[in-house]
Amino acid sequence: MVTKEIADKIVELDADGHLKNRNDWTEVIARELAKEEGVPELTDRHWAVINYMKKEFDAKGDAPSIRKLTKESGVDTKELYALFPKGPAKKAAKIAGLPKPKGCI
Amino acid sequence: MSDNHAQPISRVSIVVSHGSLEGVYPGLIMANGARMEGIEASLFFTFFGLYAIMEKTMDSLRVATVGNPAMRVPDARGFPMPTVLGAIPGMSAFATSMMKKEMEKLDIPPVREFLQMIKDAGGELYACKASVDMFHLKKEDFFKEVNDVISVGQFYEKAAGGQIIFT
Repeated sequence: MVTKEIADKIVELDADGHLKNRNDWTEVIARELAKEEGVPELTDRHWAVINYMKKEFDAKGDAPSIRKLTKESGVDTKELYALFPKGPAKKAAKIAGLPKPKGCI
Repeated sequence: MSDNHAQPISRVSIVVSHGSLEGVYPGLIMANGARMEGIEASLFFTFFGLYAIMEKTMDSLRVATVGNPAMRVPDARGFPMPTVLGAIPGMSAFATSMMKKEMEKLDIPPVREFLQMIKDAGGELYACKASVDMFHLKKEDFFKEVNDVISVGQFYEKAAGGQIIFT
């Protein structure tokens, strides 16, 4: 079992380094995870993506595809890659406290 | 995988050499997937692969039913389709619409939208100069998002330090 202290809280991580239990997730932890992923500050635009991903995960059990995300969250592809450089889907999922997305698109 | 300590891939250059729907998509999916992982990606379209980036043809690529012994009916778990049936008029259009329907379910976009997505994600699109000359094409014949028409030499320069994938 891999555990880690984030924002004064001991949390369990999965094999990909994402939070194992969604219940551990808080906005403070999200900000700490974001820093680790090279996103120093979470703006309203980041939150639009994170909240949309959480909503989709609750409904479907997996993170949305980038295509769906850009169509429905109001953040287009260019902006998405600028917000979460080097791997938007994976990074946004990690920050949102979700497992690594399974889809290919 | 977390137990893989090999050097991660940082750059891929993908060659698309076929102009059928099933010939084009693997390259697009791999390029987009690379960008999603933070890997630099460029696509190099050559020979009939150029049809995927030509304004006139990019929206009407089809599945090849003639000369495709892998075709099965009604789906991949079904029976082999006698290859001669692939030549029946409308067969290719039918197979194409079936495949497009399945792709849409998986959120795989049509070619034009997919190329736009790859470009917006920071990927690069190139046309092969030798093929462009052979087909008597001009820059204006291509999708506006195509970066450039480049020679094989330039392709190798751009691919330097990365992996090259031929499809």
